[in-house]
Amino acid sequence: MSNGKYNGYLREGVRRMGAVAIFFFRMLIQCVPATGRPRLIVYQIFNAGARSLIIIMLAGLFVGMVLGLQGFELLQRFGSEETLGTAAALGLLRELGPVITALLFAGRAGTALTSEIGLMRATDQLTAMEIMAVDPLRYVAAPRFLGGVIAMPLLAAIFNIIGLFGAQLVGVQMMGIDRGSFWSQMQDSVEFRDVTEGVVKSLVFGVACSLIAVHEGYHSEPTAAGVGLATTRTVVASSVLTLLLDYVLTAGFIRG
Amino acid sequence: MVVDVRDVHYAIDKRPILSGIDLRVRRGLITAIMGPSGTGKTTLLKLITAQVTADRGQVVVLGRDVAQLKGSEIYALRKRMGMLFQNGALLTDMDVFENVAFPVREHTDLPDPLIRKLVFIKLHAVGLRGAAGLMPGELSGGMARRVALARAIVMDPEILIYDEPFVGLDPISLGVIMRLIKQMNEALGITSIVVSHDVQELSTIAHNSYLLSSGRVAAAGSPQELRKSDSEAVRQFITGSPDGPVPFHYPAPDYNTQLLTADEP
Repeated sequence: MSNGKYNGYLREGVRRMGAVAIFFFRMLIQCVPATGRPRLIVYQIFNAGARSLIIIMLAGLFVGMVLGLQGFELLQRFGSEETLGTAAALGLLRELGPVITALLFAGRAGTALTSEIGLMRATDQLTAMEIMAVDPLRYVAAPRFLGGVIAMPLLAAIFNIIGLFGAQLVGVQMMGIDRGSFWSQMQDSVEFRDVTEGVVKSLVFGVACSLIAVHEGYHSEPTAAGVGLATTRTVVASSVLTLLLDYVLTAGFIRG
Repeated sequence: MVVDVRDVHYAIDKRPILSGIDLRVRRGLITAIMGPSGTGKTTLLKLITAQVTADRGQVVVLGRDVAQLKGSEIYALRKRMGMLFQNGALLTDMDVFENVAFPVREHTDLPDPLIRKLVFIKLHAVGLRGAAGLMPGELSGGMARRVALARAIVMDPEILIYDEPFVGLDPISLGVIMRLIKQMNEALGITSIVVSHDVQELSTIAHNSYLLSSGRVAAAGSPQELRKSDSEAVRQFITGSPDGPVPFHYPAPDYNTQLLTADEP
């Protein structure tokens, strides 16, 4: 491929990132007046959060159970299967909880947000708001963004709780680890900063995934194909960005 | 003059859409903007509502040059306008009542009982007080447009803009919309701008009309004057002839040559 083509891609990439950044700041400004309508934000927390509960809980249960099985198998080799509780808790709190929740959020709530806003664009609803002197950034984008940002840590917390229950189910009920050791080891080893790391991660992922979902919907082509493309872009971009940010944040927490 | 468009040029990706449009809308009248599809009618509405800015020329609405307005000033100007979209553009997550109440709730601090009265008065004006609890998905095309009309007038605008209000309506709904446009103009004194390509319908309600062709004003005057015009473009539009200044064929290479060379990849 020629250098010119590379430059073209690079320029387009930088242009898109700049456009997302400008959109982000414009929306952040509108988040302040949007908090004056808490009803809209609460509805979006319900929309993005409560409606994702089943998939999050199911995924949490199975991830926790797999973690229990794999952890038990591994720890048994060193004769330290009693520490399964600690291993599962740290794995879920610091890594799996925020990351898998964000990936599922992108697929479930992110796509719903993008297609909803994209269809509002395609059916002139956003233009109608503009003409009625109502800023769609304030009325449509900001509440959905805030709803997603608030819902993500809550979903991750629920994922973690169910995941721990799954790990306990396998470790204690099936493999016969002592219940007391399972929980007391966890209580002794898990520190507050482990919880903080998970919460910070899920907050950052919440901002990233919600921003991408709202941005893609807001700027989608007002056609059926355009909304479809925007929805696909939401899943791909959110997933890649989540994993990339996860590495950056993990590196930051370990060094810090 | 409520709207004054002077020598406006506008292009998208260097493709000219409007090439020197001059147009005036007088207070209290119904002004029709007609023309075949793709002549820039909708673009003209976007210019008047400050959704886009002209490349050259001036658009003055209610005494304000829209190109000079900043964000909050544009919104202040738009509060004095109402617009009816082709498909209604109702907000799909609210029922009919809330759709009409939406601008009032957003722009005023009126108490709820007063908002309810106001909304019912406007819904009654379009004959849909009984449909207040329905969702937009449950409405027919004509009903959706009437709800959108109630929403457009709920803030008592000075200008009401209709974008293709007759498209896809059955004769009864069409008659209702026409009567409402006339009523809004006569009873409320709202200046109306109707963009459409339905010559017959417009000629019965419009006081003044402009016919656009290829991004320019091809003819202007009362509908009766337009009928008498000897301009070829006007005649083709009014008689609906398939060929004329607006050609039947989209520009293409020579027909015979293309058929003879169709085997080649």
